[in-house]
Amino acid sequence: MIGKKVVFRSRGLPLLLLAPQLLVILVFFFWPAGQAVFQAFHLADPFGQHFEYVGLENFTRLFNSPEYYDSLWATAVFSSGVAFLSLGAGLVLAAFVDHIRRGRMVYKSLVIWPYAVAPVLAGVLWLFLFHPIYGVVAFALERAGIGWNPLLDSNQAMALVVMAAAWKQVSYNFVFFLAGLQAIPRSVIEAAAIDGAGPLRRFLTIVLPLLTPTTFFLLVINLVYAFFDTFGIIHAVTHGGPGGATNILVYKVFADGFIGQDLGSSAAQSIVLMVIVVTLTVMQFRFLERKVHYA
Amino acid sequence: MIENNRALAIFAHIILVLGVATIAFPLYYAFVGASLPIEEVLQVPMPLVPGDRLIENMAAAWDKGSFGRQLVNSAIMASVIAGGKIAISLLSAFAITYFRFPFRTAAFWAIFVTLMLPIEVRIVPTYEVAANALAPLAWLLQVTGIDGLLGGRLTANLQWSLLDSYVGLTLPLIASATATFLFRQFYLTIPDDLAEAAKIDGAGPMRFFRDVVLPLSTTNIAALAVILFVFGWNQYLWPLLITTDPSMTTVVVGVARLIPGPEPQPAWNVAMAGGLVALLPPVLVVLVMQHWFVKGLVDTEK
Repeated sequence: MIGKKVVFRSRGLPLLLLAPQLLVILVFFFWPAGQAVFQAFHLADPFGQHFEYVGLENFTRLFNSPEYYDSLWATAVFSSGVAFLSLGAGLVLAAFVDHIRRGRMVYKSLVIWPYAVAPVLAGVLWLFLFHPIYGVVAFALERAGIGWNPLLDSNQAMALVVMAAAWKQVSYNFVFFLAGLQAIPRSVIEAAAIDGAGPLRRFLTIVLPLLTPTTFFLLVINLVYAFFDTFGIIHAVTHGGPGGATNILVYKVFADGFIGQDLGSSAAQSIVLMVIVVTLTVMQFRFLERKVHYA
Repeated sequence: MIENNRALAIFAHIILVLGVATIAFPLYYAFVGASLPIEEVLQVPMPLVPGDRLIENMAAAWDKGSFGRQLVNSAIMASVIAGGKIAISLLSAFAITYFRFPFRTAAFWAIFVTLMLPIEVRIVPTYEVAANALAPLAWLLQVTGIDGLLGGRLTANLQWSLLDSYVGLTLPLIASATATFLFRQFYLTIPDDLAEAAKIDGAGPMRFFRDVVLPLSTTNIAALAVILFVFGWNQYLWPLLITTDPSMTTVVVGVARLIPGPEPQPAWNVAMAGGLVALLPPVLVVLVMQHWFVKGLVDTEK
């Protein structure tokens, strides 16, 4: 690993400096992660005092339960919906802000603020707006002849949590797309303009391909966000319902562990989630390597 | 030269205004809801012009929970997490970059791996360790047989619950791989001549850290502080789990409890007024510190 050529000589001091971070990591990260692995292969008595080794039973039980597949499916729909919507909106807004000359700062400020809203509060705002009885959107939809009740209809519930989650993430994608757009050399765009390519053609054939690394990076980040940071939205808006339609993996691991008190299953789900994070992190770092090579 | 397309510029502004309005609408609607008396907020459709009850509704939200206390809790949680993460990461990164010692690479990787263990993934066991933060120590004493030598009395007394406490709200979230990497990357760009000069002048490592490294890091610290403050303020799952006492939880959790269920007179106006109070501080921080915020966002993902 890279370090400094000029270093200080001391044996105890560096360990002392690392101690706070390492202690927190040991107690609150590695210990619980180890416990999760342990519990995933054991069955606890109702008091959580005695553990019996059961091998892969928790996992076979998990992968034989239809609810888990429903949850995987809900997570897939939810995360792809959030990623697609927030990447699309972020890109469109960034492209237009990059294009204009006046008012950039104003638009920028007006796009980035939702980043600072807690997911659970984003859920509360959207639930109110789309509330089946009191929400103005429900009213407008009823007028248009569309029955709207996200508290009863599973597809509408999914649509609502996807919108709330995507809304919060647009600002993040916007910031990175705008940085990516501003890093594209002016000369490339000008050359294309001289060759007679119109704005849309330039965007599709030059700008978009040059943004691929940014887009891929953001895709991974958005998936991580949708997988792990959206607990609050689900908890505030649907509680995983109706009928498990929005019971995404992070919500299920919470519900089974704390409400259902099924430690073995919850731990097995934790292990599956860890595998997912590791995969996403590896993807992200593979991408970073590539960026270093081609930059 | 790129053509000066007036029509396209107007089109761009139209799209942007529509986009910005769509983004703002949920907040505007919440603001209107928060400013109406209960009869009007429950009207279908609800009026889209603000009323004059904003302060009353905020006061009602304030009285319903321990709102004042919860705001203080959120401020403490966000500042301690931001400050703590920055402090311990500055020190860890300094140790990893400016010293050679056994297990240096191991320490680096140990911190790195935490990136892959978000709290949502290890939620039940993390709660258990928060209920007794000395459990790992007790286990160690048992496994090594030290406890047996002392007749088993020691482990029975090793009990430190973090539930319903500020330590519990902050300490488990205070490690930061991201901040450690950011500072390490930055330290690597500090010219070696500075450390050389400090050594020649007879300054020890901590003197060098305080007088050279720390002042040079201020921009990075400011950028990170904004991101981490927002991160800390917006925590939900963790405070929800480890606090049961309403006066020990955060304002975000408090507001979520104001969401009305299927009741005859659901107080959406009060819930929205509370929501505004809870979301305003981090939004203001991001808007006021916009420059630092964008820098922090882009830097932490490098």
